[in-house]
Amino acid sequence: MITGIGRRAVAAVEAVGRLGHFVGDMTRALPDVRTWGRLVAQQMRRIGVDSLPVALFIAAFTGVVLALQASYTFTGAVPLYFVGTLVGKTMMLELGPVLAGLALAGRVGASMAAELGTMTITEQVDALETLAYDPQSFLVVPRVVAATAMFPVIVTFAVATGIVTGWLTSLALLELSTAQFLKGLKIFYVFKDLWFGLFKSATFGFTIALVGCRVGLGTRGGAEGVGQSAMRAVVYSAVLILMLDAFWAVVLL
Amino acid sequence: MIELQDVHKAFGPKQVLTGFTLTVRDGETLVLIGYSGTGKSVVLKHIVGLLHPDAGEVIVDGRMVPELDRAELNAVRRDIGYVFQFAALFDSMTVAENVALGLRNRDLPEAEIVERVQEALALVDLTGTDERAPAELSGGMRKRVGLARAIALRPRYMLYDEPTTGLDPVTAAVIDRLVVRTREHLGVTGLVVTHDMRSAYTVGDRIAMLYEGRVRQVGTVEEIRETDDPVVRQFIEGRPE
Ligand SMILES: Nc1ncnc2c1ncn2[C@@H]1O[C@H](COP(=O)(O)OP(=O)(O)OP(=O)(O)O)[C@@H](O)[C@H]1O
Ligand SMILES: [Mg+2]
Repeated sequence: MITGIGRRAVAAVEAVGRLGHFVGDMTRALPDVRTWGRLVAQQMRRIGVDSLPVALFIAAFTGVVLALQASYTFTGAVPLYFVGTLVGKTMMLELGPVLAGLALAGRVGASMAAELGTMTITEQVDALETLAYDPQSFLVVPRVVAATAMFPVIVTFAVATGIVTGWLTSLALLELSTAQFLKGLKIFYVFKDLWFGLFKSATFGFTIALVGCRVGLGTRGGAEGVGQSAMRAVVYSAVLILMLDAFWAVVLL
Repeated sequence: MIELQDVHKAFGPKQVLTGFTLTVRDGETLVLIGYSGTGKSVVLKHIVGLLHPDAGEVIVDGRMVPELDRAELNAVRRDIGYVFQFAALFDSMTVAENVALGLRNRDLPEAEIVERVQEALALVDLTGTDERAPAELSGGMRKRVGLARAIALRPRYMLYDEPTTGLDPVTAAVIDRLVVRTREHLGVTGLVVTHDMRSAYTVGDRIAMLYEGRVRQVGTVEEIRETDDPVVRQFIEGRPE
């Protein structure tokens, strides 16, 4: 069993190494703005359309639950307007970025892996190369740049949605007034709450796209291989998101 | 000139090329025949640097392909039109965008790109299909789009990977005529991979047979037709034993 764990650890380290290598290749393709520049907008649109509905849906329900749980915890002990504080801080710092990140790992990451996987096994990636394109600048960079830029935007909308539903819940079910909710929201708010969450989201977007592309371009076999790649992309990026989340908490908070 | 010298290539334990040597002379069309799975596509992929040989040399116009950096490799690739076995069209793009893509990284004015795309589509009898998606096309049409995509580059070399496999006899003959026309039209040097002997005799100046990782025999169409080599005879006559 110990050798089993050892082998897995070695495999994990190797996988991270390969991902690092991949980042190196991608960085080399960055100066080729002529190729990837015109493709970014299209990817941003796709990521936005793909992920906004899911992200907002999740955020809406999270806001409701946060408000109710906060009131359940605080009743009798802490002034109720702290519901606003908890909803706001939790959405911005943690649940907005992480829940959206996990959901989008499933949507964006899987779809990138499946798309690039299909292109790989049908030789479309080879064809790109023979037409003197670098797949890194044509396929990977636009996706990674678009995801890194779009995730903070999506998370901003998600956070706003969660706060709004939290506020509506407070009004409807908690006998809290708008003024009280806002007071709670503002009382401990610091600008760092926002930028920390958005910065984190950007790193999640970067990770999801990077993993999706790497796994997709490494696809072997037929349709089954594509399915495997999609699944792998989701699992790897979900794990990496949770690890990154803890990492930023340690480093930046 | 394309030269492969003593090329070895294995995938894991599987030896595919074991000392493959072949020269494609300027201006000729050479046909590479051989059984399914013997490594014909692998040979083509070495020429454009999609695969690296384990040993041996791959030389295009005096340039050692496996040793080139990306910029140099792209320069070689700009001289080569590659027609993929299964067309390998970009399915997120229209037919016209597929054909145009290889021209968009060449500093050509848009008007010239449009003109070349139309010319290439006309050459493969697909005028008017510009806005169709590859998924809406039949297999034969897809192959012709793949051909148009390579022709539009006006390359000096054309590599065809089984251009007629899986097509009905008439469409196959149309493709053969296109291969010949492309050569006359553009004066390209061609390497055609196939196991369709009728096509091989139609388009080839010389024929080489890949067998067990090496070239078994190479010669003019007449020499191959008259060959005494039992392995080559069996293949070209299509005898089961
Ligand atoms: N990228 C690769 N990784 C692993 N094995 C490969 C790879 N490419 C080709 N092979 C193996 O090399 C052998 C030769 O493949 P290749 O596609 O060149 O055959 P072929 O002569 O073109 O056959 P066909 O006429 O069926 O197209 C096959 O056994 C194949 O499995
Ligand atoms: Mg083949």
